Amino acid sequence: MVALEVKDLHKSFGKNHVLKGVDFTLDEGQVLAVIGSSGSGKTTLLRCINFLETADRGQVIVNGETVFDAQSTKKEGAKEKREKQKKIGLVFQSFNLFPQYTVLENVTLAPKLHAKERPDYRQNKKQILNEIDAMALDILAEVGLSDKTEAYPCELSGGQQQRVSIARALALQPSILFFDEPTSALDPELTGEILRVIKGLATKKRTMVIVTHEMKFAHDVADKILFMDKGVIAEAGTPDELFGENASERLRAFIGQFDR
Amino acid sequence: MFWEVTQSLLAGFWETLKIFLITLAGALPLGLLISFGSMSKFRPLKWLVRTFIWIIRGTPLMLQLIVVYYGPGLIGNWAAKIPDPNFLIAWMAQWSVYDRFLAVIIAFIINYACYFSEIYRSGIESIPRGQYEAGQVLGMTKSQVFFKVVLMQVVKRIIPPMSNEIITLVKDTSLARIIAVYEIIWNAQAFAKSDGLIWPLFYTAAFYLLFNGLLTVLFGKIEKKLDYYHA
Repeated sequence: MVALEVKDLHKSFGKNHVLKGVDFTLDEGQVLAVIGSSGSGKTTLLRCINFLETADRGQVIVNGETVFDAQSTKKEGAKEKREKQKKIGLVFQSFNLFPQYTVLENVTLAPKLHAKERPDYRQNKKQILNEIDAMALDILAEVGLSDKTEAYPCELSGGQQQRVSIARALALQPSILFFDEPTSALDPELTGEILRVIKGLATKKRTMVIVTHEMKFAHDVADKILFMDKGVIAEAGTPDELFGENASERLRAFIGQFDR
Repeated sequence: MFWEVTQSLLAGFWETLKIFLITLAGALPLGLLISFGSMSKFRPLKWLVRTFIWIIRGTPLMLQLIVVYYGPGLIGNWAAKIPDPNFLIAWMAQWSVYDRFLAVIIAFIINYACYFSEIYRSGIESIPRGQYEAGQVLGMTKSQVFFKVVLMQVVKRIIPPMSNEIITLVKDTSLARIIAVYEIIWNAQAFAKSDGLIWPLFYTAAFYLLFNGLLTVLFGKIEKKLDYYHA
């Protein structure tokens, strides 16, 4: 089943045409890695799909439902938009944790706020909140942070902070999880722990889209790779197709930078 | 005599405290509202609010007190002279006399709300965009993002400039004497006029110092309390 379909996505910032028609699909349970040099439009693509930017043209379809259509004249309500937002999760390059909350509170904040909209919230408030806490503790265990639930973000290493932000995104049970260069703000020795967590999620058949500069990681974890160049998908295929013998000159040159 | 002076100054300081507390209670929320206006994406509102802030911050508080107190009186006198007043004119005619204390409160609240609004604005604008974006991708509403994510961080950042401004407010209350509100300075000056004593005026410093000392300790405590995290 197709989990994500992006059709003819365009985005300009002033005169700078960043996305020039991006099309791709991603099947449920698969991992897509997006690679390409800085300024190729990878991050903009992710931000457009996650509603942080509004694309000028094109469509985004999640699980068969059109969540974004630039042509659509229908003015969307804020509530509708939020419902769509909850279906997809995003892990930022710079974590963006909430500094005044503990690790556990960071993970439970949004689920607890959303729970207020449940019709049975008033009756079962205590039970609902306890369930959310239990769920959050499970997720934190999954990312290996059971012993840090009461710590504040400033007390954690970069790798631990990024794991909290992965847990925070998972807590909303998104059908697709996006990563925007999740290891780029980390010291090299800390990237390993994040990549291990993402690999762990991949083995559980989570649908994920990862923008990354870690070529070996992309090769190992992805089912499909998009190579972006100057706002378009220059090449797409399985890791073996892209990184194998038949790789194009341009892609070889790009990947070559990382081997040095 | 010392006891008599102390009693009078205490009464005056009570008036000072009233101005201080009511101004704070009014200007803190009003300032937040004004800061939203000055950051509005609706240009005309933004410029209107910023022009207002410019006028209030660009003129002396003493002058604003005089305008707020005597201005309506001028309008009232003019309205009172009009024959056959309609209900609006009749209403304005009543303005010629009004409460000095009320005038002080209005002028102080407006003045301090403008200063506070700039502190709020600097605090709000210093919160990284990523905090808003993180809230948004988690499906939170704009007001949830503001109240649950941003506001606490703003409070932490603005405590030092706020405490500065609030300590200034304690001392600025002395301007109320310009329209004859009997706060502590006025009461002290009364001894100079009636008994030829200058020391009661010097003595007022003790009251200000004591109160501002308390405030400094209080703000220090708040700062310490919010020190459990840093961004």
